[in-house]
Amino acid sequence: MNTQIRKIIMACTGLFLCFFLLIHFLGNTQLFLAPEEARKSFNMYSSFLTGNIFVKLVSYVLYLSIILHAIYALIISTINRKAGGHYSTDNRGRSSKWYSRNMGILGTIILIFIVLHFQNFWYVYKFGSIGLDPWGHKDLYTVVVTAFQQGWLVIVYVIAMAALAYHLIQGISSGIRTLGLFHPKFVRWINIFGMVYAIAICVGFALMPIYIYFTHN
Amino acid sequence: MKLYLKIWRQKDRVSEGKLVEYTLDNVNTHMSFLEMLDTLNNQLITNNEEPVEFDHDCREGICGQCGVVINGIAHGPLKNTTTCQLHMREFKDNETILIEPFRAAGFPVKKDLKVDRGAFDRIISSGGYVSVNTGQAPEANTIPVGHETAEAAFDSAACIGCGACVATCKNGSAALFTSAKITQLALLPQAKEERDQRALKMIAQMDKEQFGHCSNTEACEVECPQGISVLNIARMNYEYNRASFLKFKK
Repeated sequence: MNTQIRKIIMACTGLFLCFFLLIHFLGNTQLFLAPEEARKSFNMYSSFLTGNIFVKLVSYVLYLSIILHAIYALIISTINRKAGGHYSTDNRGRSSKWYSRNMGILGTIILIFIVLHFQNFWYVYKFGSIGLDPWGHKDLYTVVVTAFQQGWLVIVYVIAMAALAYHLIQGISSGIRTLGLFHPKFVRWINIFGMVYAIAICVGFALMPIYIYFTHN
Repeated sequence: MKLYLKIWRQKDRVSEGKLVEYTLDNVNTHMSFLEMLDTLNNQLITNNEEPVEFDHDCREGICGQCGVVINGIAHGPLKNTTTCQLHMREFKDNETILIEPFRAAGFPVKKDLKVDRGAFDRIISSGGYVSVNTGQAPEANTIPVGHETAEAAFDSAACIGCGACVATCKNGSAALFTSAKITQLALLPQAKEERDQRALKMIAQMDKEQFGHCSNTEACEVECPQGISVLNIARMNYEYNRASFLKFKK
């Protein structure tokens, strides 16, 4: 397998994960509704997702994408570390953005966050003991609200979203160029789009725990 | 001006190198960086010491032979400049200057500041050419090339192959160099026949030479003496994907 193929795997899995984030974000905006309404609609939405075969298939692609993205990141970083030069005084940082050089570290923060996030909600929903709401759905909304009443967890989520924002700003523009978009005009548009997409989604996600923390405490 | 130099000295490929300190008096601010090294070497030869070896040729910023890492930056503090076009007026009196060779797995150090950039030659010979039948030169205007296309191809062809992109890249990637040649030839009608094979072969050779993956930090473009655009790398990706996934005949 050559450098191009590894990069294409990173780009495809990464861009799929970016698209998934949008769907995840749109679904979660229900958390901003008034508490009772949010509880009903969010729980209904969660139970709809678990019962749908298409969603199940997409979720397998999602798990696979996360795993492949992480594994290939590790392989690429290991090869790159050996290939790159090391200097006694290194001022090469002046010519690139810090987040473009530290995608691995940002990615590691995000991976740790994903594990925590799965444990907080996904695991509880699938395997934990979870009560039913008055409409007969698993009451994930109450689990979410209870979790985000812990200030430290809100801070962890906000930090993770900051890491994700920088990861996406670099990742979207980099991934699309790996797939071969080279026209200067379109590349400029993609860079702007990537920046807006990354900031909008990550700020939106970060606001969810903050909103719940302040409205339910 | 007076300078304190810390220079990487290495006897040969296999020996361990180290930074050696030198003091140089009476440096003229109008000297180029290489002339400053010449002055140091004169001093070393007079003292019966071994001179510092470094690569250079035209000293006009166009051949791509010279290139060292100065204070942790390929070709030194000035952007888009070769080492030979860097002048001592960019430095301060009594400054300590640290000089190291370009470093990457694909660029083994031969001696002192000289590195083996043969990997670049092997990448070019793997596919960076146009096959033509021998005989009389064809009539120049038989194949029309539009002005915009010719200019775009020339922008890529401006790469002088100095290797600063590799030295600057944290991954030691040769993507900018390889992509500049692939793009230049992909644009020209005379070279289009071989574009698929060229992209595949040159990238395979690039990987074989132990260069790393491009992670699009774009540092290479900033330090490139010729300002070769990183969009060449995107174009190389397109050429590779086109050759690998869109063409059924190999």
